Amino acid sequence: MRKLVQAFVTVFVISFLLIFIVNRLNAAEGYAGNNTITVYNWGEYIDPDLIDQFEEETGIKVIYETFDSNEAMMVKIDQGGTAYDIAVPSEYAIERMKENDALIPLDHSKLPNLKNIDERFLDLAFDPGNEYSVPYFWGTVGIVYNPTMLEEGRTFTSWDDLWAPDLKNQILLVDGAREVIGFGLNSLHYSLNDTNKDHLQEAKDKLVKLQPNIKAIVGDEIKMLMVNEDAPIGVVWSGDAADMMWENENLDYAVPEEGSNLWFDNMVIPKTAKNVDGAHKFINFMLDAEVAAQNADYVGYSTPNKAAMELLPEETVTDERFYPSPELTDKLEVYENLGPDMLNYYNELYLEFKMHAK
Amino acid sequence: MKRKFKPSTIYLAIVFVILYAPIFYLMYYSFNSGGKMYAFESFTWEWYGELLSDTRLLIIVLNTIIIALLSAAISTIIGTLGAIAVWYIRKNKMKNLLLSLNNILIVSPDVVIGASFLILFTFIGIQLGFFSVLLAHIAFSVPIVVIMVLPKLQEMSPSLIAAAKDLGANRYHVLTKVILPYITPGIFAGFFMALTYSLDDFAVTFFVTGNGFTTLSVEIYSMARQGVSLTINALSTILFLFTILLVIGYYFISKRTNANGRMFGLGARK
Amino acid sequence: MVKDRNWYLVPYVVFIVLFVVLPIVLIVYYSFFDIHGDFTFENYIKFFTPVYLKMALSSFWYAFLITAFSLLIAYPTAYFLTKLKYKQLWLLLIIVPSWINLLLKAYAFIGIFGTYGFANAMLETFGIGRQQLLFTDFSFIFVSVYIFIPFMILPIYNALDKLNPSLVDASKDLGASNWTTFSHVIFPLTLDGVKSGCQVVFIPALSLFMLTRLIAGNRVITLGTAVEQHFLVTQNWGMGSTIAVFLIIIMVFIMVISGSRKRGIKL
Repeated sequence: MRKLVQAFVTVFVISFLLIFIVNRLNAAEGYAGNNTITVYNWGEYIDPDLIDQFEEETGIKVIYETFDSNEAMMVKIDQGGTAYDIAVPSEYAIERMKENDALIPLDHSKLPNLKNIDERFLDLAFDPGNEYSVPYFWGTVGIVYNPTMLEEGRTFTSWDDLWAPDLKNQILLVDGAREVIGFGLNSLHYSLNDTNKDHLQEAKDKLVKLQPNIKAIVGDEIKMLMVNEDAPIGVVWSGDAADMMWENENLDYAVPEEGSNLWFDNMVIPKTAKNVDGAHKFINFMLDAEVAAQNADYVGYSTPNKAAMELLPEETVTDERFYPSPELTDKLEVYENLGPDMLNYYNELYLEFKMHAK
Repeated sequence: MKRKFKPSTIYLAIVFVILYAPIFYLMYYSFNSGGKMYAFESFTWEWYGELLSDTRLLIIVLNTIIIALLSAAISTIIGTLGAIAVWYIRKNKMKNLLLSLNNILIVSPDVVIGASFLILFTFIGIQLGFFSVLLAHIAFSVPIVVIMVLPKLQEMSPSLIAAAKDLGANRYHVLTKVILPYITPGIFAGFFMALTYSLDDFAVTFFVTGNGFTTLSVEIYSMARQGVSLTINALSTILFLFTILLVIGYYFISKRTNANGRMFGLGARK
Repeated sequence: MVKDRNWYLVPYVVFIVLFVVLPIVLIVYYSFFDIHGDFTFENYIKFFTPVYLKMALSSFWYAFLITAFSLLIAYPTAYFLTKLKYKQLWLLLIIVPSWINLLLKAYAFIGIFGTYGFANAMLETFGIGRQQLLFTDFSFIFVSVYIFIPFMILPIYNALDKLNPSLVDASKDLGASNWTTFSHVIFPLTLDGVKSGCQVVFIPALSLFMLTRLIAGNRVITLGTAVEQHFLVTQNWGMGSTIAVFLIIIMVFIMVISGSRKRGIKL
């Protein structure tokens, strides 16, 4: 009996000691104080030197936290445990957050640098008049491929190129219902936001015919697989493609001419913000031409900042793979919030498509 | 009489090689300066250095240990009481009903446990995070403890308690002076089983965690999917060595206390 | 004998109600609601459409294959193990890999089966040439069997270990061949171990969801994958619950089969 009690008391004491240590570690990770802002961003999505520069210029301390999915980010903001002053959600997440009343409207008078943003990327459907959000980076969905593993001169100018009969077992797809059904729709010249069930069925039937060419449908590991040359072709977001091309020089990226998805990550101020003024300062700072250029150079994604583009190397901004020409951008579409019923329908079709493996 | 390599030895050798191959594969490449899981370039400690300087990962490891220790301790207490309760029941029907309900949690697939706990916590209004993970781990450990403790109780002779009663022991004394000392090995076995289940669990935690709270296996999942860094190889090497240490200690303790092989592995909880 | 109340029951029964009965009730309850929270039988109707039936069938098929291969490999292993000198230690060594996190092992297999991984390098040196291994049925079943094998070996080992050697000797003395001894004496006597091993492998194999993604690249969709998708990705809890209800029914069915047998033998 004594032995039992001793053992259990020891276990509890150790546990509480560890909880204490974890709390101290957590506290040491963030800082305490008033003049701070908490920035909640995607992983590896900012040049850390810029944070130092912002702290020096404004005297505001930046607490920087990262997330890896819009869903995780929204849950954490809803929960309200941490007072985030800045978050960087994608466009469809902004629509959801607006519906949930989780955002604070931006004061444009505090954001003079907003003029630097290319007009093409302002006043978009998900946030008319940029009432709540300012674009941070943008990109497309396209085809990343490895010419050294394919026959010479092979290019991907059309989504239909994926259906070529000699590409058996060569294609990796990113695991997302809207992305996959989306390029099926695109290949049929339908809209990415199509809600016509006949069109959607047609897209699914066409995608089922792609199955012999599909090697796997994967998540984040697509980066590792493409970089390791496990497969020659992948359907990915341009941001991931840029990462892969940075790690493996053989890779190339193309946006098919039928059109594709245009995505945005945007800076917003969540309802949880404590330092709204500081948050505006941060947004304005990030919109500065030189800062945005340095950031784009570091992160490797496409910046919506026109003034920054002028400062970036010529070959970067004329690279049509990541800064597509206006003709192509006209064909790109931003995802619209289709409502739960339609989304569910997309998911069911996607599941059906997945069930047709082999 | 015995040849050096009987077919059975070769068969076992192949099984062992395959069982350990992936683990040594990970360990081998944790020293690769090339940064990839193929084409070994040269020896480096780089990934271990990176691992040790990562405070976030340290916090996650500590969280995992806290959850394992607390859930194992609490579930051992509830489970032991449960086993005694079941043992006291005279009606067979009631006993079987309770044991069947108990077994449901052991046999259930992880996705079902995870999904149903997610619904449960949402329904009751428990925030997802440390507390929900702790509760879930306690929940799937209690039935295991019951199963580990019950046989010990059944092997105790009823005359032992009758004798204690004749000597004037009240209920409390019967529990603390007779029953508990007798079943102590079973209780410890249950505790260790609960500990391993908690440390090993991925699927249930994956469903009920939230608010930035992560345990090691959930973190490994997201690391493995990004898979660009060999720090996870370094981490698995350390974990493996740690496990080996535990096993050695455990083997000697169980040899001393004469516990049998029943202590490990009740079911595949994946 | 003891007239006073069985107070030990209170915490345990509270636990059982809260974490076993209530979750099951909630799962069944949720399975009758659609994404808008309206009462419906839609989910059950949907479950009996070809998509989900096909999924259920293929889950069963893969679970069957995984269980069969595990048994095929585990039985001889367990048998040879019982013949070893330090058998407890060797058994422990079989168990150790199962204590290493499943995801770490899956991650290792991604490396091993990759185009430039170890397995392909071996194939090349043997002159077979590179094959696609990752994201195939082969790799999925191989890795699943790998994961489950210790759980199959244990109960069979325990059954073999308890086997009275004099029975085997008697059979041999009576002139039975090795094979006859095995098929008429050893195997029937260890059938209990085989059964519990199969139960312990089959049910989790039916609902694997991590390996279908990491190793099979979503080329295999099991009921488990569908539950996980509906709960965590598409947020259609109703449909997810419906599939979970079917998994529970299957599980109870298997428990009843193996349970009645156990009770028959005990006492």
